[in-house]
Amino acid sequence: MGLPTWRQEPGGFALLVVLAIVAVLVPLLNLALPVDSALHVPNYTVTLLGKYLCYALAAVALDLVWGYCGILSLGHGAFFALGGYAMGMYLMRQIGERGVYGNALLPDFMVFLNWQELPWYWQGFNHFPFALLMVVLVPGALAFAFGYLAFRSRVSGVYLSIITQALTFALMLAFFRNDMGFGGNNGLTDFKELLGFDLQAPTTRAGLFVASALALAGGYLLARAVVRSRAGHVLIAVRDAESRSRFLGYRVEHYKLAVFVLSAVLTGIAGALYVPQVGIINPGEFAPLNSIEMVVWVALGGRGTLYGAALGAGVVNYLKTVLTGALPEVWLFFLGGLFMLVTVALPLGLVGLRARRRSVA
Amino acid sequence: MLFLALVVFLCALRAPQIAAAEPEPAVVAPDSPAVPADPAAAVQALASGGLSANAQLVRQISDAGAPWARSVLQGLLDGTLQTRRADGRVVLANVSGDAFELTDPVTGEALGQASHADLKRIPINNTLRTQLNGLIARLSLADPDPRQRRAAVRALFETLDAGSADLLRKRRPLENDSGVRAAIDIALALSDLATGEDSVRIAAARKLATSVEPVVRVRLGAVADDATQVQEVRDEARRALARSEARVSLYRGAEMAFFGLSLGSVLLLAAIGLAITFGVMGVINMAHGEFLMLGAYTAFVVQQWVPVDWSLPVAIPLAFVVAGAAGVLLERCLIRFLYGRPLETLLATFGVSLILQQLVRSVFSPLNRQVATPSWMSGSVEINPALSLTLNRLYIVVFSVMVFVALQAVLRFTRFGLELRAVSQNRAMARALGVRSARVDALTFGLGAGIAGVGGVALSQLTNVGPNLGQAYIVDAFLVVVFGGVGNLWGTFTAALTLGVANKLMEPVVGAVLAKILVLVFIILFIQRRPRGLFPQRGRAVEA
Repeated sequence: MGLPTWRQEPGGFALLVVLAIVAVLVPLLNLALPVDSALHVPNYTVTLLGKYLCYALAAVALDLVWGYCGILSLGHGAFFALGGYAMGMYLMRQIGERGVYGNALLPDFMVFLNWQELPWYWQGFNHFPFALLMVVLVPGALAFAFGYLAFRSRVSGVYLSIITQALTFALMLAFFRNDMGFGGNNGLTDFKELLGFDLQAPTTRAGLFVASALALAGGYLLARAVVRSRAGHVLIAVRDAESRSRFLGYRVEHYKLAVFVLSAVLTGIAGALYVPQVGIINPGEFAPLNSIEMVVWVALGGRGTLYGAALGAGVVNYLKTVLTGALPEVWLFFLGGLFMLVTVALPLGLVGLRARRRSVA
Repeated sequence: MLFLALVVFLCALRAPQIAAAEPEPAVVAPDSPAVPADPAAAVQALASGGLSANAQLVRQISDAGAPWARSVLQGLLDGTLQTRRADGRVVLANVSGDAFELTDPVTGEALGQASHADLKRIPINNTLRTQLNGLIARLSLADPDPRQRRAAVRALFETLDAGSADLLRKRRPLENDSGVRAAIDIALALSDLATGEDSVRIAAARKLATSVEPVVRVRLGAVADDATQVQEVRDEARRALARSEARVSLYRGAEMAFFGLSLGSVLLLAAIGLAITFGVMGVINMAHGEFLMLGAYTAFVVQQWVPVDWSLPVAIPLAFVVAGAAGVLLERCLIRFLYGRPLETLLATFGVSLILQQLVRSVFSPLNRQVATPSWMSGSVEINPALSLTLNRLYIVVFSVMVFVALQAVLRFTRFGLELRAVSQNRAMARALGVRSARVDALTFGLGAGIAGVGGVALSQLTNVGPNLGQAYIVDAFLVVVFGGVGNLWGTFTAALTLGVANKLMEPVVGAVLAKILVLVFIILFIQRRPRGLFPQRGRAVEA
């Protein structure tokens, strides 16, 4: 490891450099310059870019399992949403008496449902460290339980993809229920403050932006360290020849489970950073389509590269913002076309384009 | 096949009752015989009688027993018996276009047309309505149609008095239809329960225990709670009530099982095409749900051109062709480049599904479209008061079984089916023997897609047709195929019906959403235990 490897991987280096520049420049241009300046970055853009960074972190996490271990999860949106709900519950508790019903203990939707006391699973979420713990533990525990069962019985390939999709579908249905105690259809929203900072204030938003950039950089470095370690080589072996790795004596299930849990935790953190920036979390985040969109980010960027996934998340979501704003009808045509294009013409993604040109030359 | 037998049995059991029960239109025979002056005058008197006097008048009309009496009373009940404002004459006014066609209620003589403003309705209230129902029922007891007679007896349950009980007792030996006789027995037992000696009451309660009529349970409950009754009578009533309720819950269960079967057949129609493309060819087609949607929209489009009653026989083959052609196109243009790369196939076909959804949204609007149900599919088969089966669901159960049988026949007995099985078992060997495998692939994919299209037509009879129709079934369809065991059509059949029935049986206990979640969780756990489904393929085919 060490420095020389960066030369072999200029893309990853570029990602870190871009992140460093953006993390300094965007908040600076947003906060320091007057609103009418040409170089001023509007608050809206800060939030939007922050959102992209969260998506990019989720994409890196997904690339870790799909690109390096061959596990195509169509349910990563579930981990993203669970991390988001854990953060949302903390933010909900911070509202306190400022809710519409002015109940110091119960969030508005519980008052509305005539609940008398806080359910047990809401206890402790008024403490930030506990909420952070849950952001990590809940997606991690779900991934562990699910992965333990699935990998132990050697459910793999397409079967695994389909049951991960069923998992997020089931969670979506569950979270839509009012008596689950997570706000049902409306989800959790109307947040006021995070750690005492007003969520609407530009400084808080800039802070969240920087936090997202740091999380993405950290997540990328962690994932990179994993795939470059000895264990990472085993992961690639599992991806390319699962049975052979098993016959060579590796406990394939353990490797898969570990990387699946790590990926779920990173995705959960992305969700937790996403919620305070967009200001809402609802069961729609569990929709199978969201999880599949994540897959196309990774596929378009180039799977098995990590930085390609981050690039893909940025590109696809930028296009989504532009297209859904200008021509909402076209977006799904475009997204659908992208799926076909990537699989048939660009199996290595955008990153692969560059590599291919170099190998031709 | 057990359940096919059940369906046939249910149909055979109550075949005469299949037609929708609608009230007989009040038609007066044109050649009415001479009419006694008195009751005819009573009809005219209804116009000015007022509510309490009319109660007397309708009894008089009924007691006279004239052949037109029933239509007059029915007209009064339905509001078609009206007064002409010009001369105060009582007429029967039947809607014809924008105006009303008038006839004389007694003689049946046509009296020309009138507009809404020319007529005044003869008012009735709930007391009178109940009385009218009873009287009409008494008059209907001699109707030539046993269904009418049975309905008449059941209508009398509510308004039983000594007079009508006597009437029924006299009617009992004359009656030759067993169903009507059973209804009369219940009515008599109800009458005994209300008025008889204690021993008669006990016997009546015993008899009533076998009935599932709602009225019976109300009466038994009233007797059981009535402190003025003798203890033995109350105990017997309570026992009878419990037995009746047990019977009713049994029928409720049967009804739920039927709903489950119909849900299962919908799942079967959605999954069976997938079982071919996924199970036999190994292609993950996420756009399969959109083939269902194409079929449903075909049904919608056909209805714009063809009368509703004839639309389904046209729509079904057309949907097969439309969806099948789309399937062949998809296979030729996209999927054949991706054989052997299941995850890429999954993503690419998902893109296709997004495009097809948006296409439908752009062409037809994002709103749901209503596909009308043909008249021969609406209504229900009433097995007994506690259990009735809606016809459209019954037809879908039968239809899905027919599709399944037809598919098995195609696979087993046709040249194409033989080639399909050969290619799926050993592609290289099949090619060596001269099977054009690329053509077989395209046709197989088209077959799977076409069946989905046919399933879409069936679905259009159950739900509204919208761009998200396919999305709603794709996850379920995959789970059915995986649950049943990939590559095994009988497994798909069993899995679809099992999951459908399980879902519906759980629904009353835990609610619809939770039932669905539990089924999903069950399948996820099941796949852990048996990754290759209920009926895994064995032997060499597994490795292929």
